[in-house]
Amino acid sequence: MSGPLDPAPGAADIVEIRDLNTRFGSAVVHENVSLTVRSGEIFALVGGSGCGKSTLLRETIVLQQPQSGSIRVFGRQVIGLSDRDALPLRRRWGVMFERGALFSSLTVLENVGMVLHEHTPLSERLIDEIAALKIALTGLPQDAGTKYPSELSGGMRKRAALARAIALDPELLFLDEPTAGLDPLSASGIDGLVRHLRDSLGLTIMLVTHDLDLLWRAADRVAVMGEARILGVGTMQELSRSEHPQIREYFYGPRGRAAREQAWKQR
Amino acid sequence: MALSRIVDSPAAAELTPRAAGAELRCAGAWVLRGIAGLEQRLEALQWPRAGELMIDASAVTAMDTSGAWLLHRTMRALQGRGRAVQLRGLRPGFDAVLQLVAERAGITRTAALGAPGMLYRIGQASWRGLLNALGLVAFLGEAAVLLARSLADPRRIRWRAVLHNLQSAGYAALPITGLLSFLMGVVIAYQGAEQLARFGANIYIADLVGLSMARELSPLLTAIIVAGRSGSAYAAQIGTMKVTEEIDALRTIGVVPMELLVLPKMLALVVALPLLTVYTDVMGILGGMVMARAQVGVTFSAFLDRLGHAMTLSSYLTGIGKAPVFALIIALVGCYQGFQATGSADSVGRQTTVSVVQAIFLVIVIDALFSIAFSRFQI
Repeated sequence: MSGPLDPAPGAADIVEIRDLNTRFGSAVVHENVSLTVRSGEIFALVGGSGCGKSTLLRETIVLQQPQSGSIRVFGRQVIGLSDRDALPLRRRWGVMFERGALFSSLTVLENVGMVLHEHTPLSERLIDEIAALKIALTGLPQDAGTKYPSELSGGMRKRAALARAIALDPELLFLDEPTAGLDPLSASGIDGLVRHLRDSLGLTIMLVTHDLDLLWRAADRVAVMGEARILGVGTMQELSRSEHPQIREYFYGPRGRAAREQAWKQR
Repeated sequence: MALSRIVDSPAAAELTPRAAGAELRCAGAWVLRGIAGLEQRLEALQWPRAGELMIDASAVTAMDTSGAWLLHRTMRALQGRGRAVQLRGLRPGFDAVLQLVAERAGITRTAALGAPGMLYRIGQASWRGLLNALGLVAFLGEAAVLLARSLADPRRIRWRAVLHNLQSAGYAALPITGLLSFLMGVVIAYQGAEQLARFGANIYIADLVGLSMARELSPLLTAIIVAGRSGSAYAAQIGTMKVTEEIDALRTIGVVPMELLVLPKMLALVVALPLLTVYTDVMGILGGMVMARAQVGVTFSAFLDRLGHAMTLSSYLTGIGKAPVFALIIALVGCYQGFQATGSADSVGRQTTVSVVQAIFLVIVIDALFSIAFSRFQI
């Protein structure tokens, strides 16, 4: 079921960023950044630490304002939207934060259920069932729902955060560093989960990552950021053939090479 | 979601009886936003007792996992009653979602947590209270050992931290404690003046204000304010450090957390609270003096003259003498509760509240014990 089944007219580009400029004081974070995320794809944003990937993600989900440019999500301009105006859009996308941002006073089940309580008039029982289903969809064991976030391991917390992000059956999912801080085994579990969610639920996924393995295994298209600009966009194969020195440095560093060889072996 | 993008008509389901059995016709968008009314309707359906059951889903225009769950749940409930259910007409895309949900539903169970009984809760609360008391005593012991060790080797004491705490818990508390004790003096003089004036004993207002402030009110009031101001800050600071694993980090780099975090606070507060009490004594009596002149015409010089006769050194010292004990309680309870925080931001808040309540409670209990002891030994 990968790929759009019912593409709404004119909405093949889910996220469309044009000529974006962001500055913090005199530091230029984005300079004329443009990119598009197409319907049904897993789009990854990579780059060195502090290159502005996370800022770009935060601007897209209306948590931060750029200086100029345009960001369209589902065809709607999101720059300058108030929280109230952003709400209809926010109900159509889910966000998973880097450190999970689960509410520590609620159990995992309540964390997922809270989103449903806020936005749907469903009965208590159905909400609990749907929340448990979302938790199961992310591959968490059934007893995880009654636990508090502080009782979960790092990998389980990421999955719980993902369960909350897909609580409203969003069309678009934003993932900030979905594998950061995880051991290789948990991380590859997340790789598979991201693909699985896209394939089975037809989501569009935009993610920010440092993880080269995740890029090779899950991403359809990748944008490399650096020097406040987009250095290159394409599939991993295309990018790995790029002549751009910084892209080469990124993909052909010792870790990049290992991840690429691993990916070739698996093919 | 790609499958739910077209939300045209809300989800609907209609049961029509058939020759043998019945057919449920599902239509519309079975997505989270559209299934609110459907839930009750599906549960209220009157299924025939016998015959073949058919679910026709050919008119379903969209389906997400929530809608699929509802359909799956309906079918599962029927199958659970031993009925055969046939599903037909579901589009291949939706079919896959339903299958995914069915697959995962096997491991979906909302664990029903039964509310614990009354007896269980009483037992648990008592046990927790006992553990808490034991923990506090153990903490006191640990702090005492560390203090003894530090006093034997004063270079181990972190003087910078002591001075910093002296400033934040003592000096910075001057305005609020001063104002409140001044007002307390005003209130006592106001209440007492009326009564004393009836007997023409106006001048004894100095005895009333002086003794009650110096012996009881000013140490108690100061301790309560400091417990609210500094005790809570101790609990919150240590609790947050515990949650962010800074305490563990200290331990791994060879710093005893108690030595860095608890001893300086304790030492500083033991010095600061008696000093604050002296200050609030003065402010409280000042308040009483102002009120005495305004209310019953006792001049400042007459008031001070009488105060000199009324107040003995021992009544002054009994008040000040309680302050270091209160300071120890506040610092110990605040730090102890901070160390009890676990895991979450929520627990830091809870422990901070507990620290203030417990510190004030203990301060008042100890004050009562002091009163009993003083009257027994006639001090």
